[in-house]
Amino acid sequence: MIDGPEMQTKRMTFNSRWLPYALLAPQVIITLIFFIWPAGQALWQSMLREDPFGLRSTFIWFRNFERLFEDPHYLGSMKTTLIFSVSTTLLSMSVALLFATMVNRMIRSKDGYTTFLVWPYAVAPAIAGVLWWFIFNPSVGILPYVLEGFGYDWNHRLNSGDAMVLVVISAAWKQISYNFLFFLAGLHSIPQSLIEAAAIDGAGRTKRFWTIIFPLLSPTTFFLMVVNIVYAMFDTFGVIHATTEGGPAQATNILVYKVFRDGFVGQNLGSSAAQSVILMIIVIALTVVQFRWIERRVNY
Amino acid sequence: MVENDRWGTLFAHIILILGVAVVVFPVYVAVIASTHEGGTFLRGVMPLLPGTYGWENYTTVIFEGRSNAGAPPIGGMLWNSFVMAMSIAIGKIAISLLSAFAIVYFRFRFRIFFFWLIFVTLMLPVEVRIVPTFEVVAQLGMLNTYAGLSIPLIASATATFLFRQFFMTVPEEMLEAARVDGAGPLKFFKDILMPLSVTNIAAMFVIMFIYGWNQYLWPLLITTDDSYYTIVMGIQRMITGGDSEPLWHLIMATVVLAALPPILVILFMQRLFVKGLTETEK
Repeated sequence: MIDGPEMQTKRMTFNSRWLPYALLAPQVIITLIFFIWPAGQALWQSMLREDPFGLRSTFIWFRNFERLFEDPHYLGSMKTTLIFSVSTTLLSMSVALLFATMVNRMIRSKDGYTTFLVWPYAVAPAIAGVLWWFIFNPSVGILPYVLEGFGYDWNHRLNSGDAMVLVVISAAWKQISYNFLFFLAGLHSIPQSLIEAAAIDGAGRTKRFWTIIFPLLSPTTFFLMVVNIVYAMFDTFGVIHATTEGGPAQATNILVYKVFRDGFVGQNLGSSAAQSVILMIIVIALTVVQFRWIERRVNY
Repeated sequence: MVENDRWGTLFAHIILILGVAVVVFPVYVAVIASTHEGGTFLRGVMPLLPGTYGWENYTTVIFEGRSNAGAPPIGGMLWNSFVMAMSIAIGKIAISLLSAFAIVYFRFRFRIFFFWLIFVTLMLPVEVRIVPTFEVVAQLGMLNTYAGLSIPLIASATATFLFRQFFMTVPEEMLEAARVDGAGPLKFFKDILMPLSVTNIAAMFVIMFIYGWNQYLWPLLITTDDSYYTIVMGIQRMITGGDSEPLWHLIMATVVLAALPPILVILFMQRLFVKGLTETEK
């Protein structure tokens, strides 16, 4: 997508001194006001400390960052985010890959199954959270009722593990559609001749999957991993906020939720800004990884 | 298929049918719950077969709400979500078409710089700059306005890239012919480039409408007046608003109404949706 700094135009172009700037103006102005300026503010504020009344602030270099890395709550939140993102990514991608391989062998029913599997993409993360929160509700939910039959007493309001399972399932459920579509497209692009050749050599279905199909899917898998981690880290704010609100006892307090809580509810601006900056670095790193990979794929 | 194995295919069908059932289940349960009266949920586990209070529940949430339980009527919220989703989709497409046109069809100073500036927005989601962005919007007097709900979200690197990609595939001869006929840049844009981009615009619209409709954190930050609440964030207020047990039948009716518009968009425009999704992410 990005052809590097020498990025082309058309061979023949229009000549105008001012028109290209005017065309770019709306996008650039919005970007400067609502993206670049606030990001700069976050950088600046991350090095300030405000007094309790918000009257004076002192420049304290990286003290906010140091304090964060000494704070067990913040480190705990990092660990929670890691567990949450990795579990969501693995669950969602493995289920999607299973569905995609199964759908890919269908001929007539392919489109039918696809239709049934794509629509959860349209459900907002917050709504996905509320749906599963209802199903898992300790007093009226159907799953705690079933689990009770197996002797398990489900309660995500008290039990940290249960709460984590709830948010992971909600977040992963919504993302299955996306992964499914990309895996299906990836499977489509694998040449049938390779699979036939392996079949003639006597490789069964399972063997063909692990030795041919899965390795050839690796670009798709890698791309989806990055996208899913970004999704789990940043787009799942709604899942957490609408259901567990970070609880019980911080068990589902992921980084994005913590920034919001510390900045808006707790009014700890310096710390919240420092947390923003750390998140920014994470997104930048993930975006770079994603685009580096795309360049490589184009050069194949 | 390489070999014909009936059992394998049957097995695949079974897995897929179970899979579809699991995927559909949460929404099925919500629809069922929205057709029962409130008392059903006090008696224990949720019902799995439809009740007879559907009409009543839906008219209640849309027109009346339950103000005593923190649930204003959601008719207005649905409208707000619609306005927000439409403004974001149209806004993103409009400014991205213009930017892509400038980047592809003109040579000018700082072209690459502007390109990277747009690219950088990808790396700065709202989630990482919550407080300062809120402050900017507050200083501009845009809290509790439609402008505040939509304008800060309409910068779009993905849409710009998609259109740039597409413009690069438009044959050079188009431009030569237009210039021979004496068409200026804006005429070329309007009469030639736009008609050629219709499919891409439609695909982009599907993706961006869903994106706009499903916004959660942003409206949560900048609306305090409930006449500007959007439906997706309004649900959270319903859950936490009352002191009593949640009114499940009304919450689920709201959930169904909040999820329905984007789901319908996907189901009716599946091809455009898949095109939009797979091409923007490349």
